[in-house]
Amino acid sequence: MKVQWRKINERLGFTLLRLAAIFVIFVLAFILYDIFSKGLGVISWEFITQKPTNGMTEGGIWPAIVGTFWVSLVTIIFAVPIGMFTAIYLNEYATQGRIIRIIRLAIRNLSGVPSIVYGLFGFALFVLTMNLGLSVLSAGLTLGLLTLPWTITASEEALKTVPMSYREGALALGATKWQTIRTNVLPYAVPGMLTGTILGLARAAGETAPILFTGAAFFWPFLPEFPKTLFTQFMALPYHLFIMSTQHHEIVKVRPIAYGTALVLIVLVLSMNVFAVWIRYRFRKKYKRA
Amino acid sequence: MEQVIKKSDSKNKISSTFQEGIDSVPTVVAKRASNMVLWRRFKEKAIHYFFLANGLIAVIILMGIFSLLFTQGFPALKKLGLSEFFLSAHWDPTSPERESYGILAMVVSTLMVTFGALLIAVPVGIACAAYIADVANHRVREIVKPIIEILAGIPSVVIGFLGIVIVGPMIAKLFGTSNGLNAINGSILLAVMSLPTIISISEDAIVSVPQEFKSASLALGANKWQTLVRVTIPSALSGIIAAVMLGMGRAIGETMTVLMACGNAPALPHSFLDPVRTMTATIAIELGETVQGDIHYRSLFIIGFVLFLMTFLVNLVSDIVLQKYQQVGR
Repeated sequence: MKVQWRKINERLGFTLLRLAAIFVIFVLAFILYDIFSKGLGVISWEFITQKPTNGMTEGGIWPAIVGTFWVSLVTIIFAVPIGMFTAIYLNEYATQGRIIRIIRLAIRNLSGVPSIVYGLFGFALFVLTMNLGLSVLSAGLTLGLLTLPWTITASEEALKTVPMSYREGALALGATKWQTIRTNVLPYAVPGMLTGTILGLARAAGETAPILFTGAAFFWPFLPEFPKTLFTQFMALPYHLFIMSTQHHEIVKVRPIAYGTALVLIVLVLSMNVFAVWIRYRFRKKYKRA
Repeated sequence: MEQVIKKSDSKNKISSTFQEGIDSVPTVVAKRASNMVLWRRFKEKAIHYFFLANGLIAVIILMGIFSLLFTQGFPALKKLGLSEFFLSAHWDPTSPERESYGILAMVVSTLMVTFGALLIAVPVGIACAAYIADVANHRVREIVKPIIEILAGIPSVVIGFLGIVIVGPMIAKLFGTSNGLNAINGSILLAVMSLPTIISISEDAIVSVPQEFKSASLALGANKWQTLVRVTIPSALSGIIAAVMLGMGRAIGETMTVLMACGNAPALPHSFLDPVRTMTATIAIELGETVQGDIHYRSLFIIGFVLFLMTFLVNLVSDIVLQKYQQVGR
């Protein structure tokens, strides 16, 4: 009797766990299904390549795509080198001690700082104090700060996967530390670093709160030629979706545009994720052969 | 390689000069060689410090955020006093008669929405983590884990959008409220947003419970379920707690979803069906309307500062717990 009860209990418990997992999968499936089913009808060549017209109730989202591209570029240029160098320091140079403990503590806490606080910080520092104004540059730098902890962590993970023997081989031949890192560590770690960077960038591209006050604009149909681009306001995909679903004066009428924007944003972010995972996958295969 | 050969050559010459007692030409060579060694050493040191400087940037940024929020906000705090800020629930900085700056209502709103989110996300998240770590076979695990990663990658603004178009109307129908933009909506969305964090970190904790613990329990006649509930999960508890804390940190700091789906009424909420305005949403709504340097502008930095401290504390606690558990794991 008791044994039977235990068996029923076990079955029931595992079924509950399975249900929880199914529920999580269902949530994701539902999100994707809803966005794709209602957004696909809106997507057309014109929607992607034209600017919004008629008080933003018609037309496309091209300026938002371009804006997101430029901001992401600034983010990469700022965050990737610092992130990689920090990771190299932490994994290759630093020995256990107070400095490294403080750096690690700082990185962990930075990754927990709310994105709106980065927005406040970026606004006060880049927009006002450094006088960059509301611009692609301010927003890109703010997002760069936000992604920095992720880039560092990902780069460090990549460095950790390079076997110790690669370093020992170079050092035994009389190479200096930097020569060792340059020739025997970095070439093997770069694909992994790239994966982490793209994942971080995908998250940054979807962030809205940090760009609210640092440069995102309601309607900014044209970006000027390259160097001037950096110093003007811009439209961005996530901000456009926010506007279209809460701030627009004809919310119900522009709902399809909002769905279309959400679809483009999700496809952009997910394809960056897939690309990153693909790089990691190829990298692993190469490793196995070596 | 070339450098290495040169170096050994010069060393040979140095030793031979000492034997022969001649010191004109070879001394120059020796000097040049030692100069080269010095130069190399210097270069290495410089590179070392270059990387160290990069590492310190993270520390500088964190201190910069802390001090900037504080210095921007402090004059408001000094002028209005602590009690005006933290004990009053009345927030109305643009009132024509008397401006008020009580942040209590939005702190309560933030905590309420976060609590609601955890109420959903903790049981589901831990159960899902236990399933992935302990029940699912290898193939299922390889499918479910990427799905969780994808869920983590969905931008918060998209989740907020679905809160408006899907969850809102559903709540309105269920509870008979006008538009369904309220605390419960925010809680549901935040639960979705914190699930990936809770699942992946709890799963790590459950996986790293030593196999001997489970084997011992099974050998004593416990079945798999009893082993999971009474041995594996208690052993992983500190890791799970850290996961919950991190999920909580994410929920407290989340902006776009609560801004879009919570209704944004700046009053003290009485139930989960009331529209609420969290700390993050208040900053997002009002910073654009303020004049740089005035009390309203500075009070928003105080909110940011409080937010920063809250997430800092939550992360610190989870960090301490996590480190403790790592020690036990080994």
